[in-house]
Amino acid sequence: MTATVSEAIADRVLRHPFFVDIDPTLVHAMVSKAEERSYDVGEMLVHEGKPAEEFFLVLEGKIALEVGGSDRPGITVETIEKGEILGWSWLVAPYRWRFDARASKPTKVIAINAAAARYALAAHPAFGYHFLMKLLPVIADRLENTRVQLLDIHGH
Amino acid sequence: MATDALRSQGHSHGTLGVTAHPYAPRPFVVRARTQETPDTVTLRLAPQLPGDRLSFKGGQFNMVYVFGVGESAISISGDTAHPEELVHTVRAVGKITNALAALTPGAVVGIRGPYGQGWPLDSARGRDVVVVAGGLGLPPLRPTLYEIFRHRESFGRVEVIYGARTPKDLVFAEEARTWLQRSDIRLQITVDAAERDWNGDVGVVTVRIPDARFDPANTTAFVCGPEIMMKFTAQALVQRGVPAEAIWLSMERNMKCALGFCGHCQYGPSFVCRDGPCLPYKTLAPLLAVKEV
Repeated sequence: MTATVSEAIADRVLRHPFFVDIDPTLVHAMVSKAEERSYDVGEMLVHEGKPAEEFFLVLEGKIALEVGGSDRPGITVETIEKGEILGWSWLVAPYRWRFDARASKPTKVIAINAAAARYALAAHPAFGYHFLMKLLPVIADRLENTRVQLLDIHGH
Repeated sequence: MATDALRSQGHSHGTLGVTAHPYAPRPFVVRARTQETPDTVTLRLAPQLPGDRLSFKGGQFNMVYVFGVGESAISISGDTAHPEELVHTVRAVGKITNALAALTPGAVVGIRGPYGQGWPLDSARGRDVVVVAGGLGLPPLRPTLYEIFRHRESFGRVEVIYGARTPKDLVFAEEARTWLQRSDIRLQITVDAAERDWNGDVGVVTVRIPDARFDPANTTAFVCGPEIMMKFTAQALVQRGVPAEAIWLSMERNMKCALGFCGHCQYGPSFVCRDGPCLPYKTLAPLLAVKEV
């Protein structure tokens, strides 16, 4: 399910908590190939190992991040919800997903094209710095949460 | 002196009208046993002596004696409004708790208690309340949740966050599902990891705190779970702006006498059995930063 790139999408991006204080002109450059998508329960958004050609702003629903191997079913290690951002593999070479992401509830996202986003970030260094300064706390929070998970705090 | 102090801790046997020695257990009969998780059971007990009953406050515990095996401190997980029924939820992790978990209806156990300071629920009246439970931390909070539900108008917003390792480790799962239907509280259930048949939240309990709905300056928090979970939860609450003195944790130490005499449960300046188990984070924070206290 896709929608054409429009001012409406740009407006939705600007109202997403992650982008709320980022320069609108630069957002327009970054989201030139963005599109809104819907996923039913169980539908995959990304597959581990596949090229990370986009990232997602979650508008509604819930997304389960899964890890696993061929010898065992995927284990959900985190859920991402409305207002959050999914994915930074598109910023880190070789730009491949390091997990699976599956809709665990009916989900709406805005998918932002990674190549367009990388180009916008490189072309506008100040914007790129601001963007990364917003993304870094998200990564730091998830790293800290992962550390707490590793402590197995409920297993004591 | 010690004898007088011990005598003052004695309890009355309901209609029997005699004061028993504080170390003397009262006989209670197992009426029902519910398997909560593979290693956790809930026992519903009734006093064996006619007229006996055990009134308690949410957050208090009993010393539960399996005759011939030993005694263990177990929080009370029932309803304060029904002192005629005593409820304990037990995880089988050692010799005594394995024996407790194996009891079947009709078995008799010895009970001493209730002991300790419970949750200071009165201090939360008129304020928002955040209840955070990790794993087997829910049972000691359940009596207080029942009281909050009964006197819901006395409190502001009520947020309950319950976390466990996996969906299979959630206790009172059926009951929690009914709490999810309540419009006067917000319950968030999260697990550390899950298989695909779980469509709820995945992530540690601390992740739910930034988005929880409460006014930090006017909030009282009750937190119970493994110590490390309580430490991170309290830190997240403080980061959100909740004053350390308004955050209460239920501590667990090796209780023996339960009367504040033997010193086995000493934690810094406190005897957890007598001064706790519910203690303010403001007092606990320096101790929680010290390893192996």
